[in-house]
Amino acid sequence: MRDLLAALTELREHLKEIPQAGERRLQDLKTEILGRKAGALTKILATLPRLEPADRKEVGAAANALKQEFEAALEARARELKRAAGDVARLDLTMPGRARWHGGLHIVTQVVDEICEIFHELGFTRAVGPEAETEWYNFGALNFPKDHPAIDAQDSFYLDAGKGEGEGEGYLLRTHTSPVQVRTMKRYPPPIRVVSPGQCYRRDPFDASHSPVFEQIEGLVVDEGTSFVDLKTTLSQWARKFFGPETRTRFAPSYFPFTEPSADMQVSCSVCGGAGCATCKQTGWIEILGSGMVHPAVFENCGIDSERYTGFAFGMGPHRIAMARHGIPDIRLFFESDVRFLAQFAGGAP
Amino acid sequence: MILSRRWLEAMLDRQLDPRDLEGRLSMLGAPVEAIVPLHQDLGDIVVAQVLEVKRHPNADRLSLCLVDAGGASPVEVVCGAPNVQAGKKYPYAGVGALLPGGGGGRLEKKKIRGVESNGMLCSAKELGLGQDHTGILELDTPARPGTRFLEAVPVVDHQIVIEVTANRPDLLCHKGVARELAASLGAVVKLPRIPDGQAVRRLEHVYPPNRLTARRGVVDGVEVRLEDREGCPRYMAAVIRGVRVGSSPAWLAARLTAVGQRPINTVVDATNYILFELNQPLHAFDLAKLRGPAVVIRRAGPNEKIVTLDGVERTLTPEMTAICDAARPTIVAGVMGSAESEVNESTTDLVLECAYFQPTRIRRTRRALELSTESSYRFERGIDLLGMPDALRRAIELIIAVAGGELREPPLDLWPEPVQERTIFLRPERVSRLLGVPVERAEIERLLTSVGFFVAPKDDRLAVQVPGWRPDVARDVDLVEEVARLRGYNTFPDELRAYRPGTVPDAPIESAKAWVREQLARAGLYEARTMPLGPADGPEAVAIRNPISAEEAYVRRRLLPGLVGRVEHNWANRNRDIRLFEIGTVFKRGIEAGAGPEEWTSVAAVLTGARHPAHWSQGAKVPDMDIWDLKYHFELAVKVAAPTCDVRPATGGAVGWEAVHRGSGVALGWAGPLDADAPVWAASLFGLEVRLEVTSTPPVPYRQLPAQPPVERDVALVLPPGVSAAAVSEVLRRAAGPLLERLEVFDEYRGAGVPAGHRSVAWHCTFRDPSRTLREREVDELLSRALKAVEDELGVRRREG
Repeated sequence: MRDLLAALTELREHLKEIPQAGERRLQDLKTEILGRKAGALTKILATLPRLEPADRKEVGAAANALKQEFEAALEARARELKRAAGDVARLDLTMPGRARWHGGLHIVTQVVDEICEIFHELGFTRAVGPEAETEWYNFGALNFPKDHPAIDAQDSFYLDAGKGEGEGEGYLLRTHTSPVQVRTMKRYPPPIRVVSPGQCYRRDPFDASHSPVFEQIEGLVVDEGTSFVDLKTTLSQWARKFFGPETRTRFAPSYFPFTEPSADMQVSCSVCGGAGCATCKQTGWIEILGSGMVHPAVFENCGIDSERYTGFAFGMGPHRIAMARHGIPDIRLFFESDVRFLAQFAGGAP
Repeated sequence: MILSRRWLEAMLDRQLDPRDLEGRLSMLGAPVEAIVPLHQDLGDIVVAQVLEVKRHPNADRLSLCLVDAGGASPVEVVCGAPNVQAGKKYPYAGVGALLPGGGGGRLEKKKIRGVESNGMLCSAKELGLGQDHTGILELDTPARPGTRFLEAVPVVDHQIVIEVTANRPDLLCHKGVARELAASLGAVVKLPRIPDGQAVRRLEHVYPPNRLTARRGVVDGVEVRLEDREGCPRYMAAVIRGVRVGSSPAWLAARLTAVGQRPINTVVDATNYILFELNQPLHAFDLAKLRGPAVVIRRAGPNEKIVTLDGVERTLTPEMTAICDAARPTIVAGVMGSAESEVNESTTDLVLECAYFQPTRIRRTRRALELSTESSYRFERGIDLLGMPDALRRAIELIIAVAGGELREPPLDLWPEPVQERTIFLRPERVSRLLGVPVERAEIERLLTSVGFFVAPKDDRLAVQVPGWRPDVARDVDLVEEVARLRGYNTFPDELRAYRPGTVPDAPIESAKAWVREQLARAGLYEARTMPLGPADGPEAVAIRNPISAEEAYVRRRLLPGLVGRVEHNWANRNRDIRLFEIGTVFKRGIEAGAGPEEWTSVAAVLTGARHPAHWSQGAKVPDMDIWDLKYHFELAVKVAAPTCDVRPATGGAVGWEAVHRGSGVALGWAGPLDADAPVWAASLFGLEVRLEVTSTPPVPYRQLPAQPPVERDVALVLPPGVSAAAVSEVLRRAAGPLLERLEVFDEYRGAGVPAGHRSVAWHCTFRDPSRTLREREVDELLSRALKAVEDELGVRRREG
């Protein structure tokens, strides 16, 4: 019992320390003395039940009194420190704040989401399909003539799977997300309003402006009475929401086997406003997407009455759109995954 | 396709502005890629006449010329050319003239072998007008001395480079583009007269060609046999005798140079001219070198050989059509001729071929031979089967005009199965319905007629005859595009019309991916997108049959190897703190033979470096992430991506965890330390990957917030070897019952006071009864019951002291 009282006296010494303690020391003292598990005073209090009743009373009274003193002193000092912390003169408020790690979405994902969100407002839902496709879904159903130069622009990776090439049963990595059009039309009745984002593959070299892998967003609308005016208007609406309300659009004839008439949409250059600059190669216009009225042969391949229904389709490349909008000079940067690059578009430091 | 502005101007008989052309062609469907001015650097060159030629006093090979360059008095010029003659005119660069070729230098007065030369007379090469450097360029022009060279000689031009889509072979020549421009400008296309010097002998007595539906015929002593009707539906041949093959006249050379072709000789240049003017590839071959003399159009034999013009020996197959003489192939049909039968300076008699080859056949041939030419490019896209006689006639006129010679018999035209223009019926109301605005019948007729369609009314429809140069127009919608295109896409209004909502629901996997992305980004990870092609990753990897390289011969079976590669890339850039995740498709071989590959969406992450950013208040060094950071992220990933899985320690002894499906017990995910090619300063690398599930999570139900106070207890337990914390927790929970609200591990200790091989693990227990205040004693009872259970079941005791 003598030991215990001596220990209490020793602990009492620490009381003197409290009024000068800094924030960290104060925390340490609190743990050392009153800590729930290993606090010195806590331990003494824990021995009380094992003491003789008389001793228990004496030690208990002393210990509890000390405990209250400590609690009061600690609290007083904590309040004081808190006040001092509010004292601007003593703090250098230019010192850096305490950071946490940031994460973020890839810029291509952000662009895809932004594009799809605008189409969502225009009544489109999202549809997806497999990346390994059969030749029939990728080419045949989409009215690509066999052995025709139209296929040259879509040089494909063939997979060692399925029944082999020919007769549309060979497997390849889809060269566009257009097969999702076919899958959607075969599964759902009109009216159809979908966008399908996804990864596509072409047998292109990997250089500053080409990648064998790229993202595409394709859209499809099918209904009675859907016309070329709907195509132009829907896509122009989207462009004004995505690139800004001042954006002008223009359409030029193009060629895709699965649409007729086919059209490329260009938007006025957002960098120079149409006056001509390096981004738009001095033309004032940037080509953004390909589109067209769904070819009746595609409807027929999907079991849709091409006399009753008409529709339009379009496709665009989020990588290229991101490059144009953010001034990214090399498509390979998207795949390098340098954390400094990723952080730039996630709004935080790496 | 490269166009010459002047060539188009000659056809349309009007001046064209390159900028205006750019807009018009783009809106007609042939976007302009580039406009290249030609020879505009010759502005300082003038026409000069040599008045007198004397020997240079100090050099045998030099002459001293008195030159009238339009100035007040003649100037003296030193000239080294052997062909300089008094009385003739030459291009002249005076002192101070800017020399062509982009060097930017100005010509200075200088002494040549002691005599001062005032400027220079120029060769074709010096002006960038050809390769000829043997003498100065003699000018045959009425222009007065001093006239600007560019005014006297029409070499200034613009190359207009257009992009031609695969469906429009008709735009691969000047006539086709001029036709489109004529429709846009309200002009008329007329082929320019061939400048001939002497009058071209009229061809009427040997025209039209001798058309046969037979497969065999003879023209001027040459037998022509068409054996491969499938590969060659129509074959025309003319024999021209007595040609003199030499260099082409300036106008012809200028036309070809302007479209990027090198002039070769009169006959070859004439055929190339027709190619770029009318889109009809032609082939002229030397009759003297033709065995028979016969021309046989047949499938090549197996392994038949031919040395093509480029000097390469090529092996043919029966899948290819060959133009042969009586013995062997002389031309790979539609692709390239042989070196042997080539027309050269010694040729006097020639056979001129004008053919239509089946597009697919040419495509396969040029792919097999890896040999693409101007001819194969056009045949592959389909040339004008019906325009061949006109093209051949113009070619003959041109050859006779520039190389002389005589056509003694009408050309032969072997066409076993003649066809006519295709007719398509078009309903005007279909045009209006598809385009969304009313289009008058008369306007449809006018627009289609403007580019060569022949339109006749037929009941309530229009019967539209498609010209031979438009193989792409096959259905009514193709005509609708013509109407829209010629009317101008930008004339259609921009007005939002009502639409019906679609029947297709949003794909659930898209929202699943978005949810996982959001959670992982919030946890401090950056989303990466890696290349999904790489080396084989195990026996189940799906191979690519035609990879670009051996390193990228498979599609990925997992995301982690790609992410590890990206970590190494970051290390190479001195980035130490790397936290990446990816959501992407992975593939594996299908189980059954002949089945397609299996694919699914996978979620993976890699972690290395400091646990959090350093802060000055805490000193310099921040601890690096370890397996416990990994476990947290894996549990997070599994919770959001694969909620039907539990995280369990991996079997097999190595450090790591698995995500095990609760129903099937199948492992659908893994996490653990990874090996990588790490620099010495790098921290340990950890990775995780789990298969994304698409599950519909019901809305989170609200649980009432507790109103009663908790009672808390800490217990330190000594766990013998082999007893896991999870096992102890489970028994504690079961034994303590529902009033034990939370159970958290807060400490682990090994060492003094704990038996060797054992460890002390401490739990913080929170008890609460939602409906009433718990009494201390109740809690003590619950706790001791729980402690007894772990002691009985697991041999775990409370730590002493």
